Amino acid sequence: MAPARPPTGPAPTPSGIAVLPAGAPPVLAVLLLSSAAMGYEVLLTRLFSIILWHNFAYMMISVALLGYGAAGTFVAVAQRALLRHFDVAFATGAALFGVTSVAGFALAQRVAFNPLEILWDPGQPLRLLVVYALLFVPFFCAATSICLTFTRFTGEPHRIYSFDIFGAGAGSLGILVALFLLTPTDALKLLGSLGFAAAAIALFRGSVRRRLPAALLVAAVVTPLLLPAEWVRLRLSDYKELSQTLNIAGTRIVAEHSSPLGVVTVVESAQVPFRHAPGLSLNATMEPPPQLAVFTDGDGMSPLTRYDGRREPLAYLDLVTSALPFHLLREPRVLVLGAGAGADVLQALYHGARAIEAVELNPQVVDLVQRRFSGFSGAPYSAPGVRVRIGEARGFVAAHGDRYDLIQVALLDAFGASSAGLYALSESYLYTVEALQEYLAHLEPGGMLAITRWVNLPPRDILKLFGTAAAALERNGAAPAQQLALIRGWKTATLLVKNGAFTPADIAALREFCRARSFDVAYFPGIDAAETNRYNVLDQPDFHEGALALLGNTRDTFVERYKFDIAPATDDRPYFFHFFKWRTLPELLALKDRGGLPLLEWGYPVLIATLVQAVAVSVVLILLPLKFIVRRTEDPTTPAGLAPCVAAYFLAIGFAFMFVEIAFIQKFLLLLSHPLYAVAVVLCSFLLFAGLGSRYSGRLHTENAKLSRRPVTAAVAAIGACGLVYLVVLPGLFRLLMPLPDPFKVALSIALIAPLAFAMGMPFPLGLARTAARAPALVPWAWGVNGCASVVAAILATLLAIHFGFAVVVVLAVLLYVLAAAVFPR
Amino acid sequence: MTEQFLGFGRILALLLLALAGPPGHAQYDFDAQRREMVDDINALARETAAETGRPSLDPRVIAVLGKVQRHRFVPEDQLSAAYRNRPLPIGYGQTISQPYIVALMTDLMNVRPGHAVLEIGTGSGYQAAILGELAQTVCTIEIVEPLARQAEERLRVLGYARVRTRIGDGYYGWEDCGPFDSIIVTAAASHVPPPLIRQLKPGGRMVIPIGAPFLAQHLMVVEKNPDGTIVTRQVLPVRFVPLTGKH
Repeated sequence: MAPARPPTGPAPTPSGIAVLPAGAPPVLAVLLLSSAAMGYEVLLTRLFSIILWHNFAYMMISVALLGYGAAGTFVAVAQRALLRHFDVAFATGAALFGVTSVAGFALAQRVAFNPLEILWDPGQPLRLLVVYALLFVPFFCAATSICLTFTRFTGEPHRIYSFDIFGAGAGSLGILVALFLLTPTDALKLLGSLGFAAAAIALFRGSVRRRLPAALLVAAVVTPLLLPAEWVRLRLSDYKELSQTLNIAGTRIVAEHSSPLGVVTVVESAQVPFRHAPGLSLNATMEPPPQLAVFTDGDGMSPLTRYDGRREPLAYLDLVTSALPFHLLREPRVLVLGAGAGADVLQALYHGARAIEAVELNPQVVDLVQRRFSGFSGAPYSAPGVRVRIGEARGFVAAHGDRYDLIQVALLDAFGASSAGLYALSESYLYTVEALQEYLAHLEPGGMLAITRWVNLPPRDILKLFGTAAAALERNGAAPAQQLALIRGWKTATLLVKNGAFTPADIAALREFCRARSFDVAYFPGIDAAETNRYNVLDQPDFHEGALALLGNTRDTFVERYKFDIAPATDDRPYFFHFFKWRTLPELLALKDRGGLPLLEWGYPVLIATLVQAVAVSVVLILLPLKFIVRRTEDPTTPAGLAPCVAAYFLAIGFAFMFVEIAFIQKFLLLLSHPLYAVAVVLCSFLLFAGLGSRYSGRLHTENAKLSRRPVTAAVAAIGACGLVYLVVLPGLFRLLMPLPDPFKVALSIALIAPLAFAMGMPFPLGLARTAARAPALVPWAWGVNGCASVVAAILATLLAIHFGFAVVVVLAVLLYVLAAAVFPR
Repeated sequence: MTEQFLGFGRILALLLLALAGPPGHAQYDFDAQRREMVDDINALARETAAETGRPSLDPRVIAVLGKVQRHRFVPEDQLSAAYRNRPLPIGYGQTISQPYIVALMTDLMNVRPGHAVLEIGTGSGYQAAILGELAQTVCTIEIVEPLARQAEERLRVLGYARVRTRIGDGYYGWEDCGPFDSIIVTAAASHVPPPLIRQLKPGGRMVIPIGAPFLAQHLMVVEKNPDGTIVTRQVLPVRFVPLTGKH
């Protein structure tokens, strides 16, 4: 996830516009509006994660950038009219933002876009387009006002710009803070109010006659806060687990808490018990005890099981695949990653673990288990021998040196979403080769890492995980064939990675465990093919054969030919959930009528579709209108050959800026681990220091009367050096810094980002100033090209990272900056 | 400038109209559409048979699909798509499966006249109607009350009086309707309910579609051996092998 925006910079000013006498620019209003717009962008990603699924959230970034770009074009085209009534125009833009930010989202919900139906219903892409249109408007309005300010007060671009960029940084940080205190819908209303506030402040600057409308606007500030809840109530998709659960008679929500980490909802079912026991053995005769359902963002149900200290009702936890390691270990010291509402901890308690450390990312979930529902849950996190820690799984492991007998990672994503490929674009540092190496380094000799995942057919993530584990073991210098074991039920599969070779006793225990529960063995050292594929029969023993292929010397051919992408994820390409291969698409399209298409992973095609849409729409909304301006105001003094240079320059820096920003946001996600800190810290730092860099570049420009290209070359050299050095140095540096406490990591991240972002803030204003000096008619063109590039680059960066990794993205960005320096308009 | 805005407004209005859907349904010839659907399914069945070398779908099942009026089971606004080979939303987060998959599931159930079958998850009632044409006794349970009532009404009106419906939790099956020769479980569950396994006759089959709504990935067939032990088979609707592509 990477909300971002290009530096807006001074706006296009075709020659010949009379500059009106200016008062002071409404910088405070610009600050408010800019922070509201950026806050809205971040908030939309949260809102859409709640009502739909995670990966549609990133589409909001391109919508926001589209609004900025199109606003620039609009201002360029309609300047004369707007400038004549600047105050009113500014206030109208801000007020419209206030209205459309809330109304746009409320209406967008009612469009009933259903991503699951996109394969079948040709109307769905149209609905998506309508959603875009609705969300585009608020960004367009806010950006128009800000852009207009630059155009009106041409003497003070750097001052306005610093307020603008400071507002953006404050907005992204502010919305995260707000989400701790307010529900998402209240935060939405707050942003609407901010729009009105900005409008009011702008009007107050004017003459006495304006006091009345301004006062009215102040009153309007209060209105969003009084909006009936029904109008902006979050309408979750009917197909989310929470929605479907609430259709059952006798269910009701008994608790709901919201934080930037997600909306946690607890549901009680009075008539029909949940009986949540994923992958329970076919031979089981008992059902789970009473449970409450804990949903995060309406999905990913984690059961809160009733526990009164007695072991017997928990016996069902021995009849799932994740119980395997407990039959190979005696009284282990256990680390549970992603503990959720405590089911894995209960399983460990049932099996007599002597010490349990549970790591959970969301403190609200732990609070619900331990305090709010402690009577029901039996407070398992405070049972003897149990310790709970709040934090992100990989970050926790890296920061602590303890060793364990068992590291349990079980079912960390929702089944429906996982099988529909809706996580395909999420980066995950949990399942990379380096991550598994890290976990293995925290195992006692003879200890085990147990990872349980859903079984998706045809096999892909289980095999990918197996290959990743094999790669991790090899990098550690061990022999994978002796240290891996894979079993499966019909719904879940568990992979064991041992720190040491599996003993005959281990194998015997494993065989007996599986036989008694009708689980199939897919691999263990010394396995015989006749033992496989017996209870949960596949046409071919794909898991077994796949495992063997991944351990053999035909591994590379196997992975290359496999119809899904099962090459191990690495920290440089942490897209574990990406399985799409282009060459599989024609085959499955041909099998559409027979149910072939659901076998694809759909997140990736959605990404491609978004990219195509972004290119098309940004060309139409940003570039085409500007062609008319450039033609209309053709300046005979413009030297030939300058236009392509300008276009190339701004295109290059537009792409390069976003590439670096997105790549580094993802990279620092690894260090800061906590997803919120990562986005807040990195985004704000980038914006802040890029803004400072832009301001500094203004001084460079005025000092350097000869307008040489030295500043740009210097900036590009700095970016190149920084970028490439970081590429080499950061992975190792992060490993060193991981154990540090959070505040240090945050400070160090800011320090690392500062020089790079500072340098990156310079090329745009420098280029724009040069273009304004040499060929003012091309300034709107430059602005538009940059806007276009940013929109497309936001999506393209993710695409390139999926295929080639972050290193390549950063290298490409540096090359683009070098190209830009070379074509810098002379 | 204003012309451009008006033009955009016109386009938006057309877009919204397109989303609203076609008005009325009197002009659809449902019988013809149903015959076309059956022809399509037959063609697909032949394709699969050619690939696997085994006959793929029981002709009786396909004949029943030609008989049951699917359009009576879909919501009003979906009528135009009733006989297309795609799943449709029926409300409350539920769907009616794509006809080819319905045929496949029914075929896997191996229903013979004189059989007793159980359905967990009535939904629209379409599957129950199909089973009603094939089996002696059909009992179906739906947990979402409004859906259950709608389905019950439909089945009654269409003359499937033999199909017994019930509102409730299907976990414990339907004791006095069983034991069953086959069971179909379209309601999502985290595991196979032991009571359902108990109510399955030895030699009987349980069919469970697996996957997200609209994106059913494969079918699981639970088979109860004569000695009471359980085996499952994972059936992909398409023959997607070899997984490693052509050499």
